[in-house]
Amino acid sequence: MNIHEYQAKEILNSFGIPIPRGRVALTADQVERAAKEMGGRCVVKAQIYAGGRGKAGGVKLVHHPEQAQEYAKELFGKTLVTPQTGPEGLRVRRILVEEAVEIAREFYLSITLDRSASRYVLIASAEGGMEIEEVASKTPEKIHTLTIDPFLGLRSYQARQIALQLGLSGSVCEDCVNLILNLYRVCLEKDCALVEINPLVVTRAGWLMAMDAKITFDDNAIFRHREYPDMMDYSQLDPLEINAGKYDLAYIKLSGSIGCLVNGAGLAMATLDVLKECGGEPANFLDVGGGATREKVAEAFKIILQDGDVKGIFVNIFGGIMRCDVIAHGIIEAASEVNCTLPIVVRMDGSQVEEGKRLLTESGLNVQCSDNLGDAAQRIVSMLG
Amino acid sequence: MSILIDNSSRIVVQGITGRSGLFHTQQCREYGSNIVAGVTPGKGGIHIEGIPVFNTVAEAVKYTNANVSMIFVPPPGAADAILESAAAGLELAVCITEGIPVRDMVPVKAVLKQSKMRLVGPNCPGVITPGQCKIGIMPGHIHKPGKIGVVSRSGTLTYEAVKQLTDVGLGQSTCVGIGGDPIIGMNFIDVLKLFNEDSETEGVFMIGEIGGSAEEDAAHWIEEHMKKPVAAFIAGVTAPPGKRMGHAGAIITGGKGKAEDKIRTLTECGVTVASSPTKMGEAMQMAIAARHSGKKKPD
Repeated sequence: MNIHEYQAKEILNSFGIPIPRGRVALTADQVERAAKEMGGRCVVKAQIYAGGRGKAGGVKLVHHPEQAQEYAKELFGKTLVTPQTGPEGLRVRRILVEEAVEIAREFYLSITLDRSASRYVLIASAEGGMEIEEVASKTPEKIHTLTIDPFLGLRSYQARQIALQLGLSGSVCEDCVNLILNLYRVCLEKDCALVEINPLVVTRAGWLMAMDAKITFDDNAIFRHREYPDMMDYSQLDPLEINAGKYDLAYIKLSGSIGCLVNGAGLAMATLDVLKECGGEPANFLDVGGGATREKVAEAFKIILQDGDVKGIFVNIFGGIMRCDVIAHGIIEAASEVNCTLPIVVRMDGSQVEEGKRLLTESGLNVQCSDNLGDAAQRIVSMLG
Repeated sequence: MSILIDNSSRIVVQGITGRSGLFHTQQCREYGSNIVAGVTPGKGGIHIEGIPVFNTVAEAVKYTNANVSMIFVPPPGAADAILESAAAGLELAVCITEGIPVRDMVPVKAVLKQSKMRLVGPNCPGVITPGQCKIGIMPGHIHKPGKIGVVSRSGTLTYEAVKQLTDVGLGQSTCVGIGGDPIIGMNFIDVLKLFNEDSETEGVFMIGEIGGSAEEDAAHWIEEHMKKPVAAFIAGVTAPPGKRMGHAGAIITGGKGKAEDKIRTLTECGVTVASSPTKMGEAMQMAIAARHSGKKKPD
């Protein structure tokens, strides 16, 4: 789960990490007032769920409140396309107005999971700013990493080593030690999949400050943090994806015409692969997951049908934990509720498969059943051909 | 022979009184698995479907000599359940639970490095030695006893692969679903090592997915150590680029994770990669045929 920059900064700040003075605004007038508060000269930053905003025109240094307001009018409602948003871009609904800070030096600092070590890893670089991936691929020696022992935690001497590697000295080095230790506390206490400060800066006045921040929460840990769902900005998500999320379905909209309903992420990906191989274009990725109920399948079916591009539906269910008769009931329920007349090809296997097929063929829907993945994919493609 | 489990495995089910715990306990028992105990804290002393329930794994081991655990404990308590089974001296825990937070699994993984217990999963379909023992949620009937080892990161895609193997007449020695979470117990290489040493396994089918670099690591291990033919399928060739997790993930994996990269590396290391998810059984046949015709690496 993603949150906005300003929310990430609020969290960092609550753990003692300094951030620039700032305000979030929802209207251009609020931006103007916030700019006045900051003394006129300030930074206006579009809040979207993606990085790379600077180059897309989503961040600007302004010199007086009127200029801030003018720029905000231009930004609100605008769709920003960055390398991280995909071609459809993301719409700006919130703006962060921050005091302008004189920067002396910029660094990169983050904590995430190192999958190969199964431990959290701290990543730091003296080459902060936007192009950290380029730094990593071209000059890997400029990236410093520290794998964190879960039982010892992150120790001061280790954080100091990193701070020294960044070229810091004196009191700002010790400030950085504390900041790093606090960053690890954020990572653990807030169950972060990623907590990133980029850039971390030393100001002209000699203070450390998180100029930009990104936090991604571990979706599996949301049950421990009741406040997280309220932090979500639904305007940043596809409405169908939001709906899918409510029923715990993984849905991603694609550009084709064949709606897909599959159980399991791996099989869902393989299903897209097979459809493309047969010359079809999938309209979506939809994984109903392991413990899906009849209601879940029905909702999944309705979500697929809400997509106007869908001309036919391909259901590929290999029941293990799931029963095929349950799937069949879900499909029939949803299809009859919305009067679906689109062609449906169902490929089911696993437990209670015969019962599932019987229910479908007797349902009166425009449905064909097949036992074989390749054959089923071929059928839906040629039906739409 | 088989790997990890067989008809001598004595199984304790952690979370046996939950809905899916009980359902799959019944399914496994119908398949022939020897379920000797259940554990649900607070419910010790009762019997469920004739199976004695204990408050702790240690008690279950003491009274029933259980040596393998099947875990259905919900996410908030699942990491603890794994640690408890390790502390009770079990040989193997198979954790089916989906949705365990990463922060909980990091210390578990560190403890397991010091423990003799092996962990399969979490978030996996489990392990099955066809005709002998099923510990997990896979449909038993698609499997057939035989000589192909199956190891997979995926759940339902494994069933598809197994069905295709069975359909082309290739039975399975043992099928292991290692799970798709960021932190898992046994990885591809751990399982490949066991198949390599298992006298009944004559070939291995491996199922991977986009993301991470586990398949590449396995490919290099296969090239150096594997004595038996290996075929593979990687799901997600046509998947659109996923939503990026900032910059940090990409730095850690060094930009790895794309299906094409995985397929190329596997092929270079002598693995026969199925070109389509409908050709997994065929790919295994080709890998075996290539080995029999004396070619070490098929072109």
